[in-house]
This record gives sequence, C-alpha cells and structure tokens, in this order.
Amino acid sequence: MRKVSRLSRFNIASLALGLAFLYLPILILVIYSFNASRLVTVWGGWSLRWYHEFFNDRAMIEAAWMSVRVAASSATIATLLGTLAAVALSRGERFRGRTLFSGMLYAPLVMPEVITGLSLLLLFVALNAERGFWTVTIAHTTLTMCFVAVVVQSRLGSLDRSLEEAAMDLGCNPVRAFVAVTLPLIAPAIVAGWMLAFTLSLDDLVIASFTTGPGSATLPIRIYSEVRLGVKPEINAICTLVIALIAVVIVIASLASKLSSSQGESAAPL
Amino acid sequence: MSSRRIFARPARFAAIAPYVWMVLFFLVPFGFVLKISLSQTAIAQPPYEPVFALTAGWEALTAAFAALSIDNFKLLASDDIYVFAYVRSLTVALTATALLLLIGYPIAYGMARLPKRWQAVAMVLVIVPFWTSFLIRIYAWINILQHDGLLNQILLALHLVSQPVVWLSTDSAMYIGIVYSYLPFMILPLYATLAKMEPVLEEAASDLGAPPWQVFWLVTFPLSLPGVGAGVLLCFIPIVGEFVIPDLLAGSNSLMIGQTLWLEFFTNKDWPVASAAAIVLLAVLLVPLLLYERLQKRQLEQGR
Repeated sequence: MRKVSRLSRFNIASLALGLAFLYLPILILVIYSFNASRLVTVWGGWSLRWYHEFFNDRAMIEAAWMSVRVAASSATIATLLGTLAAVALSRGERFRGRTLFSGMLYAPLVMPEVITGLSLLLLFVALNAERGFWTVTIAHTTLTMCFVAVVVQSRLGSLDRSLEEAAMDLGCNPVRAFVAVTLPLIAPAIVAGWMLAFTLSLDDLVIASFTTGPGSATLPIRIYSEVRLGVKPEINAICTLVIALIAVVIVIASLASKLSSSQGESAAPL
Repeated sequence: MSSRRIFARPARFAAIAPYVWMVLFFLVPFGFVLKISLSQTAIAQPPYEPVFALTAGWEALTAAFAALSIDNFKLLASDDIYVFAYVRSLTVALTATALLLLIGYPIAYGMARLPKRWQAVAMVLVIVPFWTSFLIRIYAWINILQHDGLLNQILLALHLVSQPVVWLSTDSAMYIGIVYSYLPFMILPLYATLAKMEPVLEEAASDLGAPPWQVFWLVTFPLSLPGVGAGVLLCFIPIVGEFVIPDLLAGSNSLMIGQTLWLEFFTNKDWPVASAAAIVLLAVLLVPLLLYERLQKRQLEQGR
C-alpha cells in the first residue's frame, strides 16, 4: 500500500510529460526525414528521397567522414589519457600539483566552449600550426579526456581495493596487478568513456569551428551553415542518420558493459 | 596498508602524460588569450600586434609591460553593446536556470519515486537525448517552431489562434531550446540526491500531520539542496557563454556575450577585443566555476 501511494498521480504525470518533451521533437524530426514533399511542413507521403540527396552531396559526405575520423582518433587518445588521469587521481593519493591537475580536469566540463575554442585557436596560431584534422583532434581530445577521466574515476572509486592488494600480496608488482586485476574490472567504464568521447566529438560545433581550417569542415559545421540559411529537408535525413549512428554506439556500449561486468556491477551509463 | 602505498607510486606516474597534455593544451592557451587581450588591434595576419616577446630579454620585457594596453578592456566597459551583452547573458542564464529547476525538479522527483527497477530505465531514457547531437535537437525545434511548423498547425487546427504565431527568432523560442538542451544536466544531479533520500523522513513528517506542501518544503527540498546546487551550476555556467542556441532561435536584436565574442572574432576579426571579452567572461564565471569544482570534489570523495 505504502509503495503505491508513494508514486502519486502527480509524479506519473510529470514523468510522462517530461519524457514526451524530451522525445517528441526528435521523433517528429525522424518522421519528417522520410517526407516526400519539398516543403518541410507538408506531408507528401513516405520517401527516401532526402537520404538519396545526402548520399549525392559530396561536401556533406566529406564533412561526415572528417567528423568520424576526428571522433575516432580523439576518442582513442582521450581514453588513454583520461584513464591514466583517473588512475592517478584515485590511486595516486597525494602528489605535487594534484589540486591544479584535478582543477584542469574539471574546468573544461563546464567552461563555455567559446572560451576553450578561442584559447586553443590562439595557441595554434602562435605555434604556426596548420589548422585542420590534427588541430581539431587535439582540441577534442583536450575536452573529452576530462569526461573519460570522470567516468573511469567513478568506476575506480566504487572498486574494492582489497582485490588489488590481494594480487600484490600474491606477488604481483603494482603494474602487473593493475593490468591483471584492475584493468578488466574497469574495462566497461573505459568502453563507456570512449563512446562518450566519440559522440561528444561528433557533436561538437563551437570548438571545431575555432580550431579547424579552410577546407576541413566537420559535419556539425556544415549542418550549422545550412541551417542558418533556412530549413532544408536534406538536413532531416542527415540528422536521422546521425541519431541512428549514435543509437548503434549506445547499444554497443551497453552490450559491452553488460558482457564485461560479470559481477553484476554495471558501469555508469553516462 | 603498505601495499596501498606501493601502488600509489606508479599511479602517480600515470599522471605525467595527461598532466603535460592539459598544461600544454588547456593552461598555456589561456596565457595566449591574456597576452592577446592586452595587445593592440592591427589589420594583419595574424590580426594582432604582439606587444612583448619573452625572448627579447628582461629590459625589453619591462619596457613591454609598461606598454601593455588595457584599451580593449576599456572598450568593453565603455561600449554599450558589450555591457548589454554581459547583462543579457546573465539574465538569460538566470531565467533559464530557474525554468530548468522548475521543470526538472518534478521529473527528477517522479523518477526517484519509481520502483528501483524502473529508476534505471528512466535514467537511461533521460540520458539518451543527451547523447543525441545538441545541434540536431535545436534543429528539431526549428522544424516545430517555424511559421508553418507543427506547433502553429496544431494551434490553428484546434482554433486556439486565428493566424500563425511568430515563434522563431523570439526569446521564447530561445528559452525552449535552452531548457530542452540542458534538461538532462538538471535532472540527473537532482535525481541523484532525491533517490538517496530516506522516504521514512517524509512519511514521519506526514504522520506528524504536515500537509504535502509542508512535507516538501520543510523536509524534501532542504535535503535535496546539494543536488539543486550541482544542477544549477551545471546549467548556469555553460548557458552564460551559450552561442549556438541564441544564434539559431533568438532574434538578432540583442546578443549574448558568446555571440558577441564569436562576431568580434570571425566577422570583425578583432582578436584582441574577442580575447578581452573571453577574459571578462571567464572572470564573471570564476566564482561559479570554483563552486562547481568544490562540489564535484566533495561528491567524488563521498562516493569513495
């Protein structure tokens, strides 16, 4: 009785409204991407016309390919660096400059992107670096490794340290204990971190705009310049494809974390 | 435990690579922003006149410091466009954060009251839109809010309005976009504290005769304050510097500071003024940024 009364009608209504608010706009977008009509708002029957249009749009395809390349390479570097940072913060106890280190890792999570983007661009200009694939990759790595560090750190925090200690009591050196015991246990979080870094990079517009050069626009940059000129049905199709790609990534991530966390502890989905 | 300490030393070495990376690509760039904000504007490539070079030796350095120009900051303070932009950014961020708290709280509260199994499902459902590109989510709203968009079609069909309402390029459209994009950032920390709360406390209060609103106001809300704090900071700080949402959804008559910075940089090519604007924005946000960092640290330490 008590349990039922805890979930009031008000609770259910606010949840339902909240989820409808979150999902309806995306759902509408996906449905309209299959619209045959040139007018975005008039329903002209089902059609794959705009997908066809997208696959014939060379500039868009190139931008999409650039985005995927940047996302894959920056997510990989970010996962390496972010995992190292998480290990240092949660297992390294006190070390010189720890406060500065954790400050630098948390700040980019909330810092307005215009500031991060501007500062990196000024660095690249000062270094006289040619802007393009690598500068965007470096910029995205800097941002996303912070997210990886947070995800992995929270997994490390919930881990039973006596497992590592037992491994060392049995004669493992610390590095060996980490590779043989800790690493498999935090693998789901590392996978989740990579996926998060990948989607964040795929999504980023502001930092990419500052750090990219002429001729190497990412997909969000292209979409943004198209959207500013007005609504085009082709954009609906591209957006739906991106949503589908991200959905696949999420499914893989959750499967990976389910498979590798045999002891019932699931990784944080974020 | 001595084994724990043995583990600590190699773990500290793990910090070297990410530490060097963050210093190089996060800390040092701010030095450049600061330096360029103190430079004179020039029409050149790169479009600024360096005012000092560290390689030139001490005397050149002191001379350069004497020649540092705070003109860019003076310009920011004296030009109404910038002053308005900062004021507008703060107002928009405050209003949007209040809206987010108002909308997000009942959702988080409903989630925390679900049976445990369903809580996990609800959490995934809230996070999934966050994984979807924010540009796509804003674009979805342009589809709905435009002149002959779905919202106006529905309103017309229901005879609630006699002619299409202008939604796009208004502040309401911008607030819808901001609330929509940042809602998961508000719900998740709120939910985290509400789910941890003992339901016994609320039951005790109502057993003692408190009406529901009093139970909420005197028991639930005060206990959820850490989550409220985290949610508010997590939304407020990035909204102040928001650029894309106001650019796509709001009218062009009054700009936020993120937009002004972007315009100075890309359209006017005035890098020193853009840098100075970034420095001031950072200074405005330093207090909430430090507050957030402290909150985050405390939560991680508690979670250990």
